[in-house]
Amino acid sequence: MRDVAVVAFTQAKSVRAERDLNETEILIPVIHDIKRGAGLETKDIDFVCSGSSDYLAGQSFAFVSGLDAIGAWPPVSESHVEMDGAWALYEAWVKIQTGHADTALVYGFGKPSMGDLSRTLALQLDPYCVVPLWPDAVSVAALQARLCLEGGVLSEREMAEVAVRDRGKGKSNPYAQVTGDFDVDALLAEPTFVSPLRRHDCSPISDGASAMIIAAGDRARDLAERPAWIRGLEHIVEPQDLGIRDLTTSRSTQIAADRAAVGKDKIDVAEVCGPFTHQSILVERALGLGESVDVNPSGGALSAHPLMAAGLTRIGEASKRIWDGSADRAVAHATSGPCLQQNLVCVLEGA
Amino acid sequence: MSESEERKPVEVLRTPVVLDYTYSAGQSSSRHLRAFGKGKLLGQRCPVDGRVYFPSRGSCPQHGVPIEGEPVELPDRGTIVTYSVNRVPSENIDLELPYAAIQVLLDGADTILFHVLGESSIDDVHMGMRVEAVWKPEEEWDDSVANIRYFRPTGEPDTPFDQYKEHI
Amino acid sequence: MAERCGIVGIGQTKHDSKRLDVSMVGLVREAALRALEDAELTWKDIDAVVIGKAPDLFEGVMMPELYLADALGGAYKPMLRVHTAGSVGGSTGIVAASLVEAGVHDRVLAVAFEKQSESNAMWALSIAMPFSVATVAGAGGFFAPLIRGYMRRSGAPEDTGIRVAVKDRLNALKNPYAHLHMEDISFDLVAASPMLWDPVRYLETCPSSDGACAMVFASEKLAEQTQTPPAWVHATAMRSEPTMFSGRDQVMPQASLDNAKALYKQAGITNPRKEIDCAEMYVPFSWFEPMWCEGMLFAEPNEGWKMTYEGATALDGDLPVNMSGGVLSSNPIGASGLLRFAEAALQVRGQAGEHQVDGARKALGHAYGGGSQYFSTWIVSSDKP
Ligand SMILES: [Zn+2]
Repeated sequence: MRDVAVVAFTQAKSVRAERDLNETEILIPVIHDIKRGAGLETKDIDFVCSGSSDYLAGQSFAFVSGLDAIGAWPPVSESHVEMDGAWALYEAWVKIQTGHADTALVYGFGKPSMGDLSRTLALQLDPYCVVPLWPDAVSVAALQARLCLEGGVLSEREMAEVAVRDRGKGKSNPYAQVTGDFDVDALLAEPTFVSPLRRHDCSPISDGASAMIIAAGDRARDLAERPAWIRGLEHIVEPQDLGIRDLTTSRSTQIAADRAAVGKDKIDVAEVCGPFTHQSILVERALGLGESVDVNPSGGALSAHPLMAAGLTRIGEASKRIWDGSADRAVAHATSGPCLQQNLVCVLEGA
Repeated sequence: MSESEERKPVEVLRTPVVLDYTYSAGQSSSRHLRAFGKGKLLGQRCPVDGRVYFPSRGSCPQHGVPIEGEPVELPDRGTIVTYSVNRVPSENIDLELPYAAIQVLLDGADTILFHVLGESSIDDVHMGMRVEAVWKPEEEWDDSVANIRYFRPTGEPDTPFDQYKEHI
Repeated sequence: MAERCGIVGIGQTKHDSKRLDVSMVGLVREAALRALEDAELTWKDIDAVVIGKAPDLFEGVMMPELYLADALGGAYKPMLRVHTAGSVGGSTGIVAASLVEAGVHDRVLAVAFEKQSESNAMWALSIAMPFSVATVAGAGGFFAPLIRGYMRRSGAPEDTGIRVAVKDRLNALKNPYAHLHMEDISFDLVAASPMLWDPVRYLETCPSSDGACAMVFASEKLAEQTQTPPAWVHATAMRSEPTMFSGRDQVMPQASLDNAKALYKQAGITNPRKEIDCAEMYVPFSWFEPMWCEGMLFAEPNEGWKMTYEGATALDGDLPVNMSGGVLSSNPIGASGLLRFAEAALQVRGQAGEHQVDGARKALGHAYGGGSQYFSTWIVSSDKP
């Protein structure tokens, strides 16, 4: 395998609803900044891959306008996944592994404020037997939380602790959306939102975008002082049907973590994409994170959750800790689908 | 229920999907649309090659740079670069069939505008034809491209092919 | 660097306007099972699944690969979902091949599909945005002005498109999977069919189909063990450009020309017209055959129509194009690109049945999409690269 590293990362500030800018306009400064920061022009980038969703935008081929933002001229070698940008990173990483590219630009963007996200996500479910019932995304996650609570897998207090931890750390992240100092007991005194979930258990709805540049070998060393080398990149999907998988663990995260050899050495920092507090706990356990790990220094998905970019942003945030030397080894996670159906794990190292 | 009916598989299941979206035109298009509301056509220059984008969508797709400079006011007339005559009904389009869907290069602009041709037999429409905008009555104006009802022939001599061929 | 990759299994559904006999799951499994059977493999032999389809609004399911993961044997495996507009089927094949070429996996299943009958594609393509005037009705409304531009630039005889339409429908009669089997197809029938988006006639237009296509890719060592020799991937290329910018050549986009050059360079091809034995290209409206003959550098600019006119692109011509009947005979949009790629592979494996080109050893698969702005292509051969 070729050595490939994350060498640059930028993101837009996550906001609940960006009224002024359309999706392309959110993306333009992000792409502009990353290219300028890395000192690269379109012609210097061998491959481009993006992640976004037509249903968030409410129109077909919504990703096409993203091409306007990147200045795809002369024409670029380019692809797109209808997935979080983390999987676009995976496709770009594979392309570099084939030897047909040495550098790649990856981005993800989403503007869920345009529609009713929780209802839109219902369309991910079985179209014949489940969608006609229109279970919204929060209710589906609440079913999973209930299973975890009743099964004694975790407690409401542990869930609140995740919210307090992430939103506290998010205070130092200028791109985050919902941050601050909260008290566990005070949060637990709040009424439930969709039982057993309380407001603090749910990630915010965020409009946002992020972009990343990865490069192979010496090219990476040219572009970054201390590249964040991708030492493991794995993803696994589970069957969707909520009745046939164990919702109280994240088996796919576990398999991906094993394949990415997360446990091979000490992890300093972890960036976990948990759209709901209980999901964050399940993922942290599946990753096998020890006590000493700094989890979600960026504030994680509970502080900002720009769907289709949030997973890529976790990898970008973990890379930042490698670049600044605060971590030698980090793990980042991305998720997709109802109840953590699909998960990606990325191990980054400074050497 | 007869036995054969019981065995008949379910073939069609109707699941109406209704989702409401709130679109933002975006900063750049908003400027352009507000100008439309005042009967003005505003383009913008790409800072790299100076070409006039109408409408500008905030960045030059070719050069990947933001377009932020002073707007360029354009006349409401131009040349049909290419067209098709549409005879297919579409539930999203409220026009009488057949109609000519045209790509218009406004005088002074360097990009094309999609619109329709009116006040002309569809047998007369052709590439190079000179056209001008026909606006709705001012009291019906909105911040919308739809303020221009259609384009109609001006009767001027055709624009030579060489002058617009790079826009096809 | 890149490992060798062989195509060891190919499958497709019977394409039809409404496959009411199967659900979405049934449709994709029909293609996937045929590909596995062809490869003499089972689900458990597959390391990863790549799914491609066009916009989710076409079926009304958001990211349907999540729902289909289990049915496609993807459970507890890696699964990717590609979407690059109309070229997506081609891109799906390329991503699957690159997983093998990268040395990441040994056997990958690629599946692309569309079940257009489950929603309304014409509606999904022409959703009226606020503040705008919708004037373009569906894909035909978008491409007809470009076709007119090509006619003007090339001076091609006006019946070129009719000839393509007849040829492709005749080829489709030899392909049992094709959606359209028009026994009575003739020049006069196409010429007399109504103009939908003038200059495009009804019978110069692709149908709307339900269908799926699947392929199994294998690493060199595993590919060598199959009964039917594999089709070897010699080169792949993808190029994209913005939908619109000043001076953009909409008729012959730079992305098409760049894509062709990159593809041939990788495949070591210097004279494509001579070295390629047959080509399966994405021709949703008949005039795109001469246009892509130029776009793939088989003909000089504005001379692609001569290939059609002289019969070069016929099944017995010197460079047969769209042996399967092409998109003009079956168009399950998301699958259409992979079907083109699959036909190229079928030809070099000698599996194309009645529409087999004698002695085909090197073939082109081609797909494009968006506003003629996304291109994906590959070269496959019966010989190892
Ligand atoms: Zn420019």
